[in-house]
Amino acid sequence: MKRYVISSFALLFSTLCWSGNGYDYPIDNPLAATVIGTPKAYTAELPNDIPRSDMKVVVFPDREVKKFIPRKALNYTLVRQKHAAPLVFSIAGTGASHRSAKMRLLEKAFYQAGLHVVSLPSPTYANFIVTASANQVPGHIVQDSADLYKVMELIEEQISDNVDVTEFYITGYSLGGAQAAFVAKLDEERKVFNFKKVLMINPPVSLFNSVSILDRMLEENIPGGVNNFDAFFKDLMKEFTKVYTELENLDFNDDFLYRIYEYEHEEINYSRVAATIGISFRMSSTNMIFTSDVMTNGGYILPKNHELQKTESTTDYFKVANRISFTDYFNERFYPFFSKLTPGATRKSLIHDTSLNSIVDYLRSAEKIAVVHNEDDIILAPGEIDFFRDTFQSRAHIYPKGGHCGNMAYKDNVDYMINYFTN
Amino acid sequence: MIEAVCCTRNLLLPVIASGLILLSGCSTSPEKNANEAPAQYSVESIVRDDVTYAIDIYDPWESFNRGMYRFNARFDHYIFLPVVSAYTYVMPDVVEDSVSNFFNNLFEINNLANSILQLKPTATLETTGRFLINSTVGLAGLFDVASKWGINEHDEDFGQTLGHYGVGEGPYIVLPIMGPSNVRDTTGIITDSLIFTEVDILNLDDHNKRKAAFHLLNAIDRRHRTGFRYYDSGSPFEYELIRLMYTEKRMLDIAR
Repeated sequence: MKRYVISSFALLFSTLCWSGNGYDYPIDNPLAATVIGTPKAYTAELPNDIPRSDMKVVVFPDREVKKFIPRKALNYTLVRQKHAAPLVFSIAGTGASHRSAKMRLLEKAFYQAGLHVVSLPSPTYANFIVTASANQVPGHIVQDSADLYKVMELIEEQISDNVDVTEFYITGYSLGGAQAAFVAKLDEERKVFNFKKVLMINPPVSLFNSVSILDRMLEENIPGGVNNFDAFFKDLMKEFTKVYTELENLDFNDDFLYRIYEYEHEEINYSRVAATIGISFRMSSTNMIFTSDVMTNGGYILPKNHELQKTESTTDYFKVANRISFTDYFNERFYPFFSKLTPGATRKSLIHDTSLNSIVDYLRSAEKIAVVHNEDDIILAPGEIDFFRDTFQSRAHIYPKGGHCGNMAYKDNVDYMINYFTN
Repeated sequence: MIEAVCCTRNLLLPVIASGLILLSGCSTSPEKNANEAPAQYSVESIVRDDVTYAIDIYDPWESFNRGMYRFNARFDHYIFLPVVSAYTYVMPDVVEDSVSNFFNNLFEINNLANSILQLKPTATLETTGRFLINSTVGLAGLFDVASKWGINEHDEDFGQTLGHYGVGEGPYIVLPIMGPSNVRDTTGIITDSLIFTEVDILNLDDHNKRKAAFHLLNAIDRRHRTGFRYYDSGSPFEYELIRLMYTEKRMLDIAR
């Protein structure tokens, strides 16, 4: 019964959004959509080979290089048109690099639309923390966006002789979507880019709410609780092994997962899917937290004043870092760090400052900013989707399904993104 | 991406051998600073000695392996990838595909030998069929006609054959240039290359220049087809994760 109620709700929403037009993204369950993405038959047709250049830029020339992570330059991707064109900066989601699958998808779409593209890693990605983050304690969206802004300025200088730019746009998915808005706001004061268009793709409203949801997905869905993390991790690997052996001739990619989904449709254990999403998020936060700890000598996981050697084993630190949630990091590292930096800052004020609520007036009035989202995005707390409807009104484009970024490669979605930037 | 980063089955034998010799006698323990203080979440308080964690893979030569991993990353960055990118710049896509098909077809010899050794009738039949069809209708392997006809490829190597008969992985090894492996799979690589040399379908043993060109092109083609980039995972634990994924992938391959 409950199920029917939910699906009729979904139907109601979809009619509201689409006034009768069908939206045929094939996966109805938001958890499954998040994991599977868009099956090949439903993806937009995009060019396979585009002229990508691997680029790098040094942000802090005087920063001391650590033996264990000997990196000086930030890596990014440039996709260049031969003619004069607008340039779009594109920011990756939590823990993702400038080369992630979703970034590649955006590059193809925007290149086909005739734009130059600069793909940037997320400020929560290790290479960014090491080379481009000012304080190397990531997660503060205002600070991270200021870091991004500095990187973008340096890149603009670096490429200006070779790339003929008519005007600047900015976009990003997930956390990168929220950062795009903060960067745009900063640009209103600094006026280096004077962005003409900003597109936020599946952003969180409150960073804190979203990471709490993702933390809980892991904690609440592992049989026996988080103390069984390792057993579950092992189990998951074993299960993948089984399925893989039964379906001999498939590659391990989106289509493979989709085949399983179609195959087991009614029997899928969604609690397990949720735990899988939770684990994948935990891996991102583990990387981020440990990198930050190594760089700042924070004494959080690595012993204080211990310098990791080039070939020293870190396997035990991995086991420890896995047990720490983003919420733990927020309470134990992030909050103490920023409350010291900004006198008077409270836990509550930090949660507010890292949320879109803190710039809601700007978002409401900035005609150049649009948002594309999904009704059933799993990183939003109940009711948060309405924040986008209320704030952006006609500039919010909300699909009835797709989970978190699952439908980004779907034809309608790609068409919308291209149209937004080209019309 | 989990595939060994590159592998020319033949030329690299001496490289592997020298690598294995280097393996003896290297391990460094972490240097402890005088003013070190325990971490808030210390290893001692969280990691249990009596538990085997998923991330634990038998790796007694870890320090050497990590050094080799770094060497491979640099080799990849400064030599291998620039060569590959020059190759893709010069070659039209169609030719690149044909080169890949050509090598795939030749190494069906190894797939066949190992399918037979593992007594797998379907794999043996299909591999034989693929080799015959692609070598003839597919113009000496330049086109993969068999796949279009629905005859599937079966990747089998001697490491898998050993695993099939219950041989354990042995210690994890990072091979020079080729990347992640273990003692069992390294034995497999050597054996497969002996089989390939024994059959010597291209009569390479009589033509040294041709032989060198063959192995060089094979190496470039394999690297070209592998999307893996060192330090791209964004994880400070990349070494551990690759080690785990390599081991898991080989378990999957063997179980298939």
